[in-house]
Amino acid sequence: MIQPPQIDFSVIGALTVLCVWGIALLLIDAFFIAEGQKRVTGYLALAGLAVAALVGLPSWGQSSNTFSGMVQLDGFSQTLIWIFLLAAAITIVISLDYLPRHDIEKGEYYPLVLFATAGMVLLAQSTNLIVMFLAIELVSIPLYILAGFAYPRVTSEEAAMKYLLLGAFASGFFVYGLALIYGQTGTVQLFSVDGSDSIASYLDRATLVAENNVFLFAGSALILVTLGFKVALVPFHNWTPDVYEGSPTPIAAFMSVGTKGAAFAALLRFLVQALPNLQAIWMPILAILAALTMIVGNIGALKQLNVKRMLAYSSVGHAGYITLAVITGTTLGTNAFLFYILAYTLTNLGAFAVLIALEKQGESAWSLEDLSGLWQRQPLLAVAMAIFMLSLAGVPPTMGFVGKFYIFSAAWEGGLVWLAAIGVITSAISAFFYLRIIARMFMYEPTRAEEASLSRALKVGLAVAAVAVLLLGLIPTPIIELVNNSLLVAAR
Amino acid sequence: MTQAVSLEYVLIVAAALFCIGLFGALARRNLISMLMGIELMLNAVNINLVAFWRYLEPSYVTGQVFVLFIIAVAAAEAAVGLAMVIAVYRSRTTLQADEVDSLKG
Repeated sequence: MIQPPQIDFSVIGALTVLCVWGIALLLIDAFFIAEGQKRVTGYLALAGLAVAALVGLPSWGQSSNTFSGMVQLDGFSQTLIWIFLLAAAITIVISLDYLPRHDIEKGEYYPLVLFATAGMVLLAQSTNLIVMFLAIELVSIPLYILAGFAYPRVTSEEAAMKYLLLGAFASGFFVYGLALIYGQTGTVQLFSVDGSDSIASYLDRATLVAENNVFLFAGSALILVTLGFKVALVPFHNWTPDVYEGSPTPIAAFMSVGTKGAAFAALLRFLVQALPNLQAIWMPILAILAALTMIVGNIGALKQLNVKRMLAYSSVGHAGYITLAVITGTTLGTNAFLFYILAYTLTNLGAFAVLIALEKQGESAWSLEDLSGLWQRQPLLAVAMAIFMLSLAGVPPTMGFVGKFYIFSAAWEGGLVWLAAIGVITSAISAFFYLRIIARMFMYEPTRAEEASLSRALKVGLAVAAVAVLLLGLIPTPIIELVNNSLLVAAR
Repeated sequence: MTQAVSLEYVLIVAAALFCIGLFGALARRNLISMLMGIELMLNAVNINLVAFWRYLEPSYVTGQVFVLFIIAVAAAEAAVGLAMVIAVYRSRTTLQADEVDSLKG
């Protein structure tokens, strides 16, 4: 007789709120909210996100797990949950007026964002490969639909199709890896606090001879491929520019920060909690991938004249920097990772919000030309964009600078000096295309007469992001204290 | 417990099926064939999991439960994927992946 597991709902509070509210909102939207008033659904979704953020407060600082240790709540996952909820909230705020302007306002948009957020939350908490797989799919399937949400537009549909085919393809690798690891170790639990079977405890016992562990090595490699695909590491990054360009702009912003952050959290847990004994093997491999990612991403962005594609390549470059923090495997690396994810979330959402303000109905305004002379047309918008570009380039006094500094010092202390050097050099290269945008905005004459359409919701989203990036760049101490207290629960 | 076939053969069949699926997903240019290839990959994994469960740990149901999860997820993915195939066909009247190429650069 199988006993049903005891479920501790305080561990999965945010996840429960998001899933239940997402389902309820689908019904409320279908029956009570009239066409043309779908913005109300957006406000209700925001309320759900706020509740999900609040339920995490009482258990802050504790570490507990449920579902027989498959889902873990620790400081690390709680901080990430808050970052994802913030990302989802900003995404919804900047979507409120984007959707009606492009005639794609449908109520299911907001519940789908909630479901994807629930997947990110679960991914940050999962300490078991099968839960990780379910979480990856819970992130991806709503995002496949959202990427194609502007679907009479052929590019949106095409982005969704490409994302789906490649995403499903990558999931196939993940489950194959999972099956092989299960065959080798008899478990897919990353680690366990109570000493029961796990991959980490298997590695403690096993003699690490490659011939005896073929399945484990092959399986881990396959899982790394999938996670590398999700975070857009070179050479698995080719989908990024196409998918970001074709997707509705708020969704591209959400994917670039949320999916990336969640998949990196899973990568970090997999490497640091399940395979700490194999660090000598995975560290050099991922270090080379990180170096390639930084180089290819930033050089790819150099030649882009389309700002949305430029941001897509820049997100590939940033994946390289984040990998740097992940592979150190130290506490400093974990803290730097959390700080950078927050900085990147605020900055990138802000940069995409500026593009949304410039977009007109049914037409894109993503070329450098469209940004020319923005200072004369919309001074505040130009200043906000300048802050975001400086933050992405890592120029003080922005959050991006503190984040990069944090990551490079973690890499330095972790003994990855050459990688930190490549990081600094590629940052310098990246400054070229970020500053080019600033130059366009401030030093060129306007080539278009039209005004940008800044609605109140968009202004709120932009102001929150810009002020936070600047203020937390000047006074980063509160966030640094927060991430220092966000401990990853120790294996064993 | 005597087994009619040894674990290696089952694993080889699963690996072969996975490779066929991989080939289908990569080499076929029809969107539906590509989706079918991906389904084959997932089903190969199911064979793997059931084989590992049966030969290594028949007393725990873990491997079987994983298969149920994967079947459910594969169904959800197929539902979304086929809906998208219909949308692509409606707007372009083709399912050739090479002709779906408005995003480039």
